[in-house]
Amino acid sequence: MEANTRSTGRLPAAFLTPGSASFMDFLSDHQPELLPGNKKLPPVQGAIEAPHGTTIVAVTFPGGVVLAGDRRATMGNVIAQRDIEKVFPADEYSAVGIAGTAGLAVEMVKLFQLELEHFEKVEGAQLSLEGKANRLSTMIRSNLGMAMQGLAVVPLFAGYDVDREKGRIFSYDVTGGRSEEQGYAATGSGSIFARGAMKKLFREDLSEAEATTLVVQALYDAADDDSATGGPDVARRIYPIVTVITEDGFRRLSETESSEIARSVLERRLEQPDGPRAALL
Amino acid sequence: MSTPFYVSPQQQMADRAEYARKGIARGRSLVVLQYADGIVFVGENPSRALHKFSEIYDRIGFAAAGKYNEYENLRIGGVRYADLRGYTYDRGDVTARGLANVYAQTLGTIFSSVGEKPYEVELVVAEVGETTEQDQIYRLPHDGSIVDEHGAVAVGGNAEQISSYLDQRHRDGMTLAEALKLAVQSLSRDTNGSEREIPAERLEVAVLDRTRPQKRKFKRISGRQLGRLLEADGATTASEAEADANAEAEAEASGNDE
Repeated sequence: MEANTRSTGRLPAAFLTPGSASFMDFLSDHQPELLPGNKKLPPVQGAIEAPHGTTIVAVTFPGGVVLAGDRRATMGNVIAQRDIEKVFPADEYSAVGIAGTAGLAVEMVKLFQLELEHFEKVEGAQLSLEGKANRLSTMIRSNLGMAMQGLAVVPLFAGYDVDREKGRIFSYDVTGGRSEEQGYAATGSGSIFARGAMKKLFREDLSEAEATTLVVQALYDAADDDSATGGPDVARRIYPIVTVITEDGFRRLSETESSEIARSVLERRLEQPDGPRAALL
Repeated sequence: MSTPFYVSPQQQMADRAEYARKGIARGRSLVVLQYADGIVFVGENPSRALHKFSEIYDRIGFAAAGKYNEYENLRIGGVRYADLRGYTYDRGDVTARGLANVYAQTLGTIFSSVGEKPYEVELVVAEVGETTEQDQIYRLPHDGSIVDEHGAVAVGGNAEQISSYLDQRHRDGMTLAEALKLAVQSLSRDTNGSEREIPAERLEVAVLDRTRPQKRKFKRISGRQLGRLLEADGATTASEAEADANAEAEAEASGNDE
């Protein structure tokens, strides 16, 4: 019985063997070469040049969480892509935003989405938010070999925890180390500037509309000081991707909605380039 | 050591087929019907957790009658097949036809290999298309044959009788409530022709709804929404349709309908 899913023969034994509800476990038993972490890289000098995605930010508000990303991908000094998408739904109640090597990141997201969907179909129930966050951790760890060669993927994971009834954010390092963030978080090259902005603007009692504005403000500040992060591109009508996850599930703001927020932020910045000011005390 | 008796291949196959059919007949039958907006799966199932119907992939659903552990095994095999294929190529490359072929090969090989006991299962693989004409329903009996069905199909021990009842009454473009009612009526009829009541709590109902905005079209229907659909009389009034839409929104808001 050959292990061949491309033909329409009998299902190979591996398919009918009772086992884990994890698609990644199934792949590693059945076709390990398809797992992103198992790619063999030839030895290279220095870092490999590949498009990088940059800034992702997330903010919680009572009732949910907002995850947003800019649209720029860079390769060294060059803007590789102006309208890249770096924020994806992971499933109904969670989303993942990616900074780092774009190609690997997108592949990782695809596998992560499938992992969650596969579990849901096999088990007939969703993983807990904690379980999803841990699963992502494992995937990043399996990429460590490539991260060492400069192909790191550093995601930000946000979701609505149905059991605790609140939005939660998890951030990661290249080794797969995971930590839960309180209130707000950012990852990628512009994250230091974005975090500074959010630190001053964040409050516990933000509304959904305020939270979506806050992330756009933070992305603007990241783009203002980090050349690898793109600001709202009014000429080309490319605006940040903003997603909201509440108990109603995942929702991505339409282009009209996100352009409205971006334009109002821009307008204010024309008068006050450094953005809203926090009170001194 | 005694010499085994000679059994002719015809006899051997007939015995195996009878064995499988008897096993399938021990369980309850189920029906799969096309309606205006998709495909509905209806069956009697006292269990809330052990499902007869489930999602395989975006537009593909699975229904099975017979021995639970055997069809569960096939179901998981199908999910693995579909997910692997979609991951290797593209989500659009996973089709009910491909899946039905794999199931047919699998069941056929098991049925005719002497070392293995035949599976006591009968499956339905259905894929909802953009229009009713593009819907695909495949019935897979225990021996690995494959039947391309349209309109309504029944599987299980009592299938023939239910099928003939459905064939006379099913028509294209039924509403979900109409199709559901017809399905329940067909399932309520016993072999001797008498009718019995199946309470809503004992029904398992799922749909592949082509109007769902998500790419995954499979959805379970239970609780209040199921009650409302069963109560609605044939011609749904505007307010009832609205109530159904609201119920659907509620069900989705409350999350997984598992």
